[in-house]
Amino acid sequence: MKRSSRIYTILIFVFLFAPIAILLVFSFNEAKSLSVFSGFSLKWYQELFRDSDTLRSVQNTLVLALSASLISTVMGTAAAVGIHRLRSKYARAALDTVTNIPMINPDIITGISLMLMFVFIGSRLGMAASLSFWTMLIAHVTFCLPYVILQVLPKLQQMDPSLPEAAMDLGCTPTQAFFRATLPEIMPGVITGLIMAFTLSLDDFVISYFTAGNGFQTLPIRIYGMTKKTVTPKMYALATIIFFTILLLLLLSNFADRDDEKQKRKK
Amino acid sequence: MMGGRSSSPRRRLTERLLLAPYSLWAVVFIVVPLAFIAYYALTDNNFSFTLENITRFFTATSTITAENGQSQEVRTYLLIFARSLKLAVISTVVCLLIGYPMAYIISRAGPRAQKTMITLIMIPMWMNFLIRTYAWMTILQDTGILNGFLGLLRLPGLHIIGTESAVVVGMVYDYLPYMIMPIYSVMAKMDLRLEEASHDLVCNRLQTLWRVILPLSMPGVISGVTMVLIPSISTFYISQKLGNGRFFLIGDAIEGQYVANNLHFAAAIALIMMIALLAAMALMKHFTDRAFQGGE
Repeated sequence: MKRSSRIYTILIFVFLFAPIAILLVFSFNEAKSLSVFSGFSLKWYQELFRDSDTLRSVQNTLVLALSASLISTVMGTAAAVGIHRLRSKYARAALDTVTNIPMINPDIITGISLMLMFVFIGSRLGMAASLSFWTMLIAHVTFCLPYVILQVLPKLQQMDPSLPEAAMDLGCTPTQAFFRATLPEIMPGVITGLIMAFTLSLDDFVISYFTAGNGFQTLPIRIYGMTKKTVTPKMYALATIIFFTILLLLLLSNFADRDDEKQKRKK
Repeated sequence: MMGGRSSSPRRRLTERLLLAPYSLWAVVFIVVPLAFIAYYALTDNNFSFTLENITRFFTATSTITAENGQSQEVRTYLLIFARSLKLAVISTVVCLLIGYPMAYIISRAGPRAQKTMITLIMIPMWMNFLIRTYAWMTILQDTGILNGFLGLLRLPGLHIIGTESAVVVGMVYDYLPYMIMPIYSVMAKMDLRLEEASHDLVCNRLQTLWRVILPLSMPGVISGVTMVLIPSISTFYISQKLGNGRFFLIGDAIEGQYVANNLHFAAAIALIMMIALLAAMALMKHFTDRAFQGGE
């Protein structure tokens, strides 16, 4: 790399990681200040683990992300197989357009539109609170679905169409052919879709904000509530833990990739 | 048992069974909710038809006092809309100017370096954007880290927090990866020989950039611009934190009406924003299509 390119790259990464570095450092601050460092301490981590509301919101976030990503992966994979087999040009164009809507629309529009529908139906049914865990789950599945379909569809197009046919010639039922021949071929796309859905759901704030009920609080919503008041380094401690979890997962997946490559080379 | 291609009615049945759950879901939870935005926007609290919410957006006025003490009557929501558009366009242009060279540098690095740099660009995206934006607040404050750093270098301090520049910094920071990624993926697939050929044909580096690299990377630029413009025009957190709540954006207006339980007016603002965005995207597509045809 040329010298000017290297300096430019460093500057960009300083810009991207400056706030992350700040929150890493200040999570260990002894005082409550977020801009003056007065000494090393682990007390904000201790406080974090005593804060049962925040811990519960972490648990809620994980439960929601896991359910939303599993549901959207199963439904999205089935939809991708269906779309792939579709012969009618018009039906295909219509489905493609609808699938694109949640990806193009700003999050705030998706959130508001679902909220209005839930509130309307809730009030017609005479429910005291129309928003709950279930409305949030529906919203999360809705914005995850297009990403799953978009990951699985290309894998189906790359697959040799004679593969499931051969399985059926060998006596498999169509269902068996799907699970034994098609699914293993498209598995990388399904897994990428699942991971994308999981991280999108984990990180979503805007859509959750509009569709969340009072009883079910996710971490981003809790953080939003906390930043409305004065923020303590406790939140930075939480962010630091999230950062190192991501880093660990990335390193693990990197090693898995390398093992994969080695095995492929051996073959 | 014979399945698949040979029995077409059976094939159509499986097709329907596979597509049915998603099609139903998409209609009920994607299409119908959008109709609800229009329905709420065009009705009053008793759900009878009215255009009042729409006209309120265009005609509501408020008085603002300028720094020199002069007060002025303005159209509240038109002003907010214009400001959102201005800040979003500035942020998108800045993202493009910073992100384009970065995408080029990454795409021309070795395979391992490429992978590392892409991972590094994506890491911040996986961290909660609310906390990252909040951290910018502590950096940009008058007594914050940036000014402390400038003080050490004996440079004069900057007043950034609570200005429009702070909002732009926040937007550029949050959405820069969305600009870099699509441009990078187009550039990584580009044939390097085209660049060499251009050099051989006595084009200097600037001419190569302008005549070869830029036109070829255009699809990446277009999707990058869309991916930055849409979230930055509709954000409602960055402006509250980094603008000290002084620069209301269109997203803040929608959120404010939602919190105040004025759902019908919130829907009207959302509807107008959606129509404006669709028009902007159609316009962009029209012009880029024409530019491509003109270039051939």
